[in-house]
Amino acid sequence: MPKYAMVIDQRRCVACMACVVACKNENDVPPEQYRTRVLEMVEGEFPQLRMELRSELCNHCDNPPCVYNCPTGASYKRKEDGIVLLRKNRCVGCKACVAACPYDARYINHEKGFADKCTFCEHRLKEGKEPACVATCIGKSRIFGDMDDPKSPVRIALQNSDATVLLEGAGTRPRVYYIKKFSKPE
Amino acid sequence: MKLSRRTFLKSSGVATAGLAVATAVPEKFLLWAEEAGLIKATYVPTFCEICFWKCGAIAKVLNGRVVKLDGNPVHGNSRGKLCARGNGGIGLLYDKDRLKSPLINVGKRGEGKYRKASWDEALGLVAEKMKGIKQQHGPEAMALFTHGAPTDHFLPLLSAYGTQNVGMPSFAQCRGPRDVGYELTFGEGPGSPERVDMINSKVIVLIGSHLGENMHNSQVQDFTEGLGRGAKLIVVDPRFSIAAGKAQQWLPIRPASDLALLLAWINIIITEGMYDRPYLDQFAEGFSDLAQAVSHCTPQWAEQETDIPAAQIMETARMMGQNAPAVTIHPGRHATWYGDDVQRSRALAILTALLGSWGRSGGLFMATKGSLTKGESKPFPEPGKEPLNTGGYPFAGAEGVTQAIREATISGAPYPIKGWFVSGTNLLKALPDQKRTLEAINKLDLLVVVDVMPMDTAMMADVILPECSYLERYDALAIGKGKSLSVSLRQPVIKPLYESQPGWWIAKELANRLDLADYFPWTTYEEKIKAQCVTAGISYDDLKKLGSLTIPDTAAPYITPENQPVFKTASGKIELSSKELKEKGFDPVPVYVRHPQPPEGFFRLTYGRSAVHTFSRTTNNPALNELYKENEVWINAKKAQALGLKNGEYVLLINQDGAKSNRIRVKATQRIREDMVYMVHGWGSTPKELSRSSLKGADDQGLVTRYAVDPIAGSTGMRVNFVKLQKEA
Ligand code: SF4
Ligand code: SF4
Ligand code: SF4
Repeated sequence: MPKYAMVIDQRRCVACMACVVACKNENDVPPEQYRTRVLEMVEGEFPQLRMELRSELCNHCDNPPCVYNCPTGASYKRKEDGIVLLRKNRCVGCKACVAACPYDARYINHEKGFADKCTFCEHRLKEGKEPACVATCIGKSRIFGDMDDPKSPVRIALQNSDATVLLEGAGTRPRVYYIKKFSKPE
Repeated sequence: MKLSRRTFLKSSGVATAGLAVATAVPEKFLLWAEEAGLIKATYVPTFCEICFWKCGAIAKVLNGRVVKLDGNPVHGNSRGKLCARGNGGIGLLYDKDRLKSPLINVGKRGEGKYRKASWDEALGLVAEKMKGIKQQHGPEAMALFTHGAPTDHFLPLLSAYGTQNVGMPSFAQCRGPRDVGYELTFGEGPGSPERVDMINSKVIVLIGSHLGENMHNSQVQDFTEGLGRGAKLIVVDPRFSIAAGKAQQWLPIRPASDLALLLAWINIIITEGMYDRPYLDQFAEGFSDLAQAVSHCTPQWAEQETDIPAAQIMETARMMGQNAPAVTIHPGRHATWYGDDVQRSRALAILTALLGSWGRSGGLFMATKGSLTKGESKPFPEPGKEPLNTGGYPFAGAEGVTQAIREATISGAPYPIKGWFVSGTNLLKALPDQKRTLEAINKLDLLVVVDVMPMDTAMMADVILPECSYLERYDALAIGKGKSLSVSLRQPVIKPLYESQPGWWIAKELANRLDLADYFPWTTYEEKIKAQCVTAGISYDDLKKLGSLTIPDTAAPYITPENQPVFKTASGKIELSSKELKEKGFDPVPVYVRHPQPPEGFFRLTYGRSAVHTFSRTTNNPALNELYKENEVWINAKKAQALGLKNGEYVLLINQDGAKSNRIRVKATQRIREDMVYMVHGWGSTPKELSRSSLKGADDQGLVTRYAVDPIAGSTGMRVNFVKLQKEA
């Protein structure tokens, strides 16, 4: 059984937003709402500057507060692959999960009324395709695969690199890993 | 109407025939319907035209509606990936603001009062006026301004009509001086896509090329792949661009002094003996002239000019020298900066040559050996009058010097220009000195614009002919000249929406009405392409199925004993010192001339690209507008503070001649030098028909009232204007 995860190699991101647009088309995300975003952050003073480009999406947490806080059982973590999903027909749009997620990864789909977020494009995984954002990632910054498979791209990417997760202290145990905060390669 | 998923499934469950269900599916439930197995997707390969990289795309169609565009994995420019704009192509297709039917102007020019017309009436009117102009003034009195795919249809049309007065802004307002600089040095340009082998580079040097923000798909893929494999990056840019954020060495150069830096680098490479002597002995000439001409260009001298410490100039030169020849000196693309742009491009080319990087792995690879056999077509008439499109500039290319045609239109000399045919370019945004463009337009007897969107120039036209988007039409085959030769097909994914029509159809219908039908001797464009495939010996069926074919055994990227380079220069060698330039009275080796810097209180106006837009043409695209809704003026945070300007507040920009911009938001940032401002090009469109982008942001071109013409190529340096910022009243 696969254990899906994503690695974001921040050094290779160019903030081109291909992932963002691809995700919106693939998943019919309404205007002004996003399942994923790319932040552009700069610190320092001219000309001593450092840049961080950071893709964010649902972390498919192994310890997901959104799931625990969902009163209807609509939000769940799928046993077979660890993807955090939503049974749309059970969702009442109460926003408990939106509030519970420390990553701002969820929104209430304003066209359809239910909670929505990244699904790791599980419908594409079924067809043997990568998530849409990964498939179109111009910088090959987004890497996807099965953590249990030593040959998977995520495992290879995580070798010899100090990967981190976002808000480690929150105890959510994310499955999205980040390599190198600043975009300058060593 | 609010349907939940349950009610949707229930109601659709009633129907039994799949097709009946499909037609009943409301648009926003298409993906659900697909998931539920009610409808099946079809996939059609084609290629993108949101910009001009021509990436192979595969359109997913559900129930007659395009729902997704993916990169075509077999296409070299996309390799399975599309950029944000390519992904957002659907936004153009379904933009409700598209031009929907032919329009005829009923008001004063520029007033924007139009009435709908049938194609027959609109084309009849254009043909009648064009015939009139020909009769009265000769065919040369019509000029064509064009860019991109429509050129393949309207250039033959206007050539058959009898004019060679053609201007493509891609030359004099963009790549022209660069291509001329490389042609004078190596005998050919760096190509488009540029033949940069960044994937194998040890050092990549970008000078004002903001890759990443300048989103040329495969090139950015190669760039990040090269970095991922460990290439060192040197970025020369007065702004901390995305690329600069990835650089080991960022050189925030004083604008307009790039040539000084390049000459110093050349000098260091020579004096430290880091040039590729055997390579130069074999392939180049003019070395000693070059060495002598740059001998005074020391790092200390360059530091004074460029504001870059001499030590850093030295260190970066050594990085290149020590890693040669696997060094990509990026030739740049939009090169019309200061009016000495051919010479700056020459310096880039010379540096490339000294490092032995042309024809070497990790440098610039050589063009494909392959070519396609073209079919015969009826020869066009010889021009009766000397074409004006080179503007008298000795090295101007056939793409033409747009502003020379504009000036002739205004002056009527040496002969009158009475009609403009415009396709694929928003001239008001492309040409410097907008007032002159308007003045010229106001002198015309006929302005015809073919466009998909009601852009600024279209809304000045007497007759607007609505072209369908690239997803609804055939266009000419794209011949790709990467390492290998490739051929790609653009084919309609869906039928044209509204009354829009493909460019080829418009051209052919006009030809019929101009008694030029002989030049378009086919019924459909597909028929023409099929015939071409037969001549070229490629399978149309494969092409249709796959979207793109790579012709085997056409790659010969690197110099080997068997694969020797051919330099089509005057001497047949790489010209470090240019004989041709010398003959025409120009400096054979580039000479640095100091450019004026902004006076107190003013900032140099620079402009560039956003990764999610292609100039003005995408500003109204809902998918892309959502990500970037208006441009901002970048100003150094310290300067902003001194001026009392806050992030996000609106200001007006006023240039040295008093030209005032539309309002624009301030982006106060550490990421830019204090002597300049920066903005994304293409904003501030005026037509109210653009519901999202009308009057959003400021138009840089409206502030480019001055331009410095390159005496070699006639191109227009456009970074020579200075602006001040004024709070919005
Ligand atoms: S990132 Fe937020 S939405 Fe995603 S699993 Fe974690 S808590 Fe839930
Ligand atoms: S597509 Fe890749 S490179 Fe582009 S912004 Fe997204 S993560 Fe970054
Ligand atoms: S680079 Fe982007 S916009 Fe340009 S052709 Fe490719 S996908 Fe389209």
